[in-house]
Amino acid sequence: MTEAHGHIVPFPYVVTRNVAEAPDTATLSMVPVDRGIDAPVPGQFTMLSLFGMGEVPISVSGLPLDDEPLRHTIRSAGALTTALARLDEGDVVGVRGPFGTAWPLPDGDVVVVAGGIGVAPLLPAIRSLDRADRPGRLSVLVGARRPSGLLARDELAEVGRRHHVAHTVDSADPSWADEVGVVTELLRRVPFPLQTASALVCGPEVMMRFTARGLEEQGMPADAVHVSLERNMHCGRGACGHCQLGPFLLCTDGPVVRWSSVDPVLAVRNR
Amino acid sequence: MRSRDMVELLREQEQLATLDDEQLATLAGCARLAVCKAGTVLAQEGGPADTFYVVRTGLVAVEAHGPARDVTVDTAASGDLVGWSWIFPPHRWLFDVRCVRECRLIVVDGACIRDKCEADNAFGYRVMTCFSSVVVSRLTSARVRLLDLYGGGTS
Repeated sequence: MTEAHGHIVPFPYVVTRNVAEAPDTATLSMVPVDRGIDAPVPGQFTMLSLFGMGEVPISVSGLPLDDEPLRHTIRSAGALTTALARLDEGDVVGVRGPFGTAWPLPDGDVVVVAGGIGVAPLLPAIRSLDRADRPGRLSVLVGARRPSGLLARDELAEVGRRHHVAHTVDSADPSWADEVGVVTELLRRVPFPLQTASALVCGPEVMMRFTARGLEEQGMPADAVHVSLERNMHCGRGACGHCQLGPFLLCTDGPVVRWSSVDPVLAVRNR
Repeated sequence: MRSRDMVELLREQEQLATLDDEQLATLAGCARLAVCKAGTVLAQEGGPADTFYVVRTGLVAVEAHGPARDVTVDTAASGDLVGWSWIFPPHRWLFDVRCVRECRLIVVDGACIRDKCEADNAFGYRVMTCFSSVVVSRLTSARVRLLDLYGGGTS
C-alpha cells in the first residue's frame, strides 16, 4: 500500500454494530477489513463512503482505543446519510482520514455545550475530560429539539454522577421533567465561574454563535471558546477548496477552531 | 417571615440584582414564601394574573394546552422570575404554569407591586427593567427555537 491509502484511497471497514440513538440517528461501530486509518483524536472526522453512492464527512464519536471499534454517529439528512445509518452488521463502508484539528483538552474547568447531533463530535472529548486524574471541573450542557433527540443519555447520565450535566429541549409534552428552552439558558446553571474556564461548543452554527456570545457575556474570553465548524468537505486534505470559510480551509484549519478567529468571518453575510 | 429575611432572600435573586435595599424592602412588603408539591398548578391560561413568582428551588413549566396535546413551551428554575401578565391589562395569564418538581417559591402580589410602581416611579422603573430583561431573554429563546435548528440537513 502507498501513503495515499487512508487519505486518498479509502480503507474498507466492516460494520460490527448499528445502534439506533434516535428516530433519525444511528451509531455505527466498525473495524478495518485489513489495515485501518491512523488513530483519530477527539474532534477529527473521516470521510465515509458507500461505493457507487458517494462520500460524506462524519465526525468520529468513538475512538478505536483499547480494542474498541471506530464509531461514527450519523443523522439521516439525505440519501447517503440515510443509507449509512441503515447499514447492518457485516456491511462494508469506505473510510478515509482522519482529518482536521482536535479539541483542546485543558486541565482547568471546561464547559462542553452540544446541540442536537453536535453531541457526537464532543463525546471523545467528554470521555477524555472525565478522568479521575484531571484537576479541573467539567460541565456538559446539551440541547435538542425534543427529548427523543437527546443522544448518549445513558453515557452522559454516568458522567453526571461525577460532573455537572444538564439537558434542555425546544419543547416537550408535560411528561418531560427537565428544562425547556435554548441551550444558552443552561449557562447560568454551570457550577463554576466561566471567567476562568474554557468551552468546547458543537451544534448548528446559529446555536454556536449564540452560545459563544452567551459565554462572552458571562465573562469568558473569546479565545477560550472553541467551536467545530463544517462546510462542504470533499477532499478532506485542503486541496479542493470546497470547505473554504474566508481565510480558512475547514478540513485542515478546522473543524475545531478558536471562536475569536472565526467570529469576524462568520459575521460576513453570504448575500 | 420577618421582612428583613425576605429582603435577604430577594437580594439573592440574580434577576432582581438592580434593585437597591430600599426597593427590595418595598418588594418584600408584597411577598410571601410558599412550598408547592410537584403537579401544583400555579396559574391557568385566562385566569386573573395578579401574582408573579420567584423560583428559589425546583422547576416550573409554562404550558400551552390544546385539544390533542399539551406542550411545555418553557421552564423556569432556580433564580428565574415567572409571570409578567400582572404588569399589563387585562391582567390575565397567557399560559398554564405548573410545578414539575417540588418548588420553593417567593410569591409576589402583583396588584400590590403595581400600586407601589404608580406611587414611586423610580421603584417602578427598576422593576420594569428587571422584567424587561426577562422578557427579552424569553423572546430571544423563542425566536431561536423558531429557527428549528436541530431539524433538516443537506447530505
